[in-house]
Amino acid sequence: MLAGTTATGAAATEAEGRASGPFPTARARRRYRLVVAGLVAVAALIALGLLAWDNPMPLGSDGFWRIAELRITSLVVMAVVAVAQGVATVAFQTAAGNRILTPSILGFEALYVAVQTSAVYFLGAAGISAVQGVPQFLLQVALMMGLATALFGWLLRGRRGSVHVMLLVGIVIGGGLGSVSAFMQRLLTPSEFDVLSARLFGSVANADAAYLPFAVPLVALGAVVLWLRSRRLDALALGRDVATGLGVDHRRETMLVLLLVSLLIAVSTALVGPMVFLGFLVATLAYQLSGTYDHRRILPVAALLGFVVLGGASFVMRHVFSAEGVVSIIIELVGGTVFLLVLLRKGRL
Amino acid sequence: MIQLQDVRKDYGDEVSIGPVDLAIPRGGITALVGPNGAGKSTLLTMVGRLLGLDGGTISIGGHDVARTPSKALAKVVSVLRQENHFVTRLTVRQLVGFGRFPHSKGRLTVDDEARISEAIDFLDLGALEGRYLDELSGGQRQRAYVAMVLAQETDYVLLDEPLNNLDMRHSVQMMQHLRRAAEELDRTIVVVLHDINFAGRYADRICAVKDGRVVEFGTPAEILRDDVLSAVFETPVRVIEGPDGPLAVYY
Repeated sequence: MLAGTTATGAAATEAEGRASGPFPTARARRRYRLVVAGLVAVAALIALGLLAWDNPMPLGSDGFWRIAELRITSLVVMAVVAVAQGVATVAFQTAAGNRILTPSILGFEALYVAVQTSAVYFLGAAGISAVQGVPQFLLQVALMMGLATALFGWLLRGRRGSVHVMLLVGIVIGGGLGSVSAFMQRLLTPSEFDVLSARLFGSVANADAAYLPFAVPLVALGAVVLWLRSRRLDALALGRDVATGLGVDHRRETMLVLLLVSLLIAVSTALVGPMVFLGFLVATLAYQLSGTYDHRRILPVAALLGFVVLGGASFVMRHVFSAEGVVSIIIELVGGTVFLLVLLRKGRL
Repeated sequence: MIQLQDVRKDYGDEVSIGPVDLAIPRGGITALVGPNGAGKSTLLTMVGRLLGLDGGTISIGGHDVARTPSKALAKVVSVLRQENHFVTRLTVRQLVGFGRFPHSKGRLTVDDEARISEAIDFLDLGALEGRYLDELSGGQRQRAYVAMVLAQETDYVLLDEPLNNLDMRHSVQMMQHLRRAAEELDRTIVVVLHDINFAGRYADRICAVKDGRVVEFGTPAEILRDDVLSAVFETPVRVIEGPDGPLAVYY
């Protein structure tokens, strides 16, 4: 086949170095390496800063490590949330074929808010402790996974099932749960509402160290499996028709990706509460910074960025504003601004 | 050979496609023509397993489309629809590289690279291979998609209106490329065309579809006749003798 052009094609490949790959030019490849190196350095600095800044004991001493140990928990929580949100959002946007969606559209946050609100509504201020604990944590994860699986299974298996119909139903369910929660919140006493509202802001401080032995492996599992399927995600990003033409079982692959995404988001939400904007911001920046279609390279950048954003925001809030616990506010403020800047400068997502 | 037996697709009570029985032989270009809404694209997408059947069987080169795993089928038949919107930003070469996905699952070998270069050169995209798709004109982009399905190296290639939105020059070039792909690369190409004269000039066989059924199937000489075309398109068509064969005049 094509005997004539084979020879010239092969010669050209050698002569000009015609090669495909995740990066169009050598410059793009160098840039990617620099971005990853820079992110790793910044992440390390932030981790060190969170452990050592304002630590009264001298660096490296016995007392220093005792204080640092207390802070390591929140560092691990941030890493778990960063990986979960970053990886899940990129994979979700690929599966949905849309880069302005976030997985929270599936109703996870709304379900979390509904669970927390009903606990306080039915059991009073003490109720908030009734939804804390390892079994409760796992139950919440299971509940969110159950909701997601029902949604995907029902809609994608149906005759006219499509990702978009599924997302719409997710929005409707989320909206419904949100209204029920809002109604119950109106009926709470001010003190009960105060207790509740602290739980409804996504915050690293919400996390209990006892959840980590379950959260870490679950998130690691979800993220690693998604990363291993990167090449299929690349094909999935070409849309249903092209992906099918290339031999990817689109429906099966989409289901699997969405299940893994819901595992990641469920764990993250049950751990720290709603983080609506983090994943969206991180995914958008990850596409820009990595400059490739290759998920094997986008996903690590997204996870690293997630840690940098979350850790950086916590550091600023803790040591500049002395207002720990409202990290999601600064993420939305700074993140939103960065996002708009990128969008205005590049003119595309 | 592509064999359709008793193929049906139902859209509610009013609209349905089929039953269609059709055998498209191996080799050459087969053009699907017919009025809007006749079901040409539906038939093509069903053959390319992008759309499920409601009845009947389709086989391509002996593989039953409904039962053969999608992975295996991707080495036998490639299919390209009219509209392609990607969320990712790709260069021409990266896009064509995806054509090798069924063979290499995304891990491109030296051999894959050579075949990608071949497909790019075959469609004269060499100078554009490093450009992003959103930096190309419609005609260039269309050629890049066709290069991708050629790089897939399947015996059967299905194209849904590849001339859509192309001007005269690019339409002619595209049909010449397809002609060469059929002859030099020995591909069996099935293509949905809107312009009956392009079908008459470049296709080996024309299949006329109307109201969800195949009403005519034959060589261009058999199809390009006043009575046949007027009946298929429900508008008066006169066929005159042009410099390169018959021409349908319907303006």
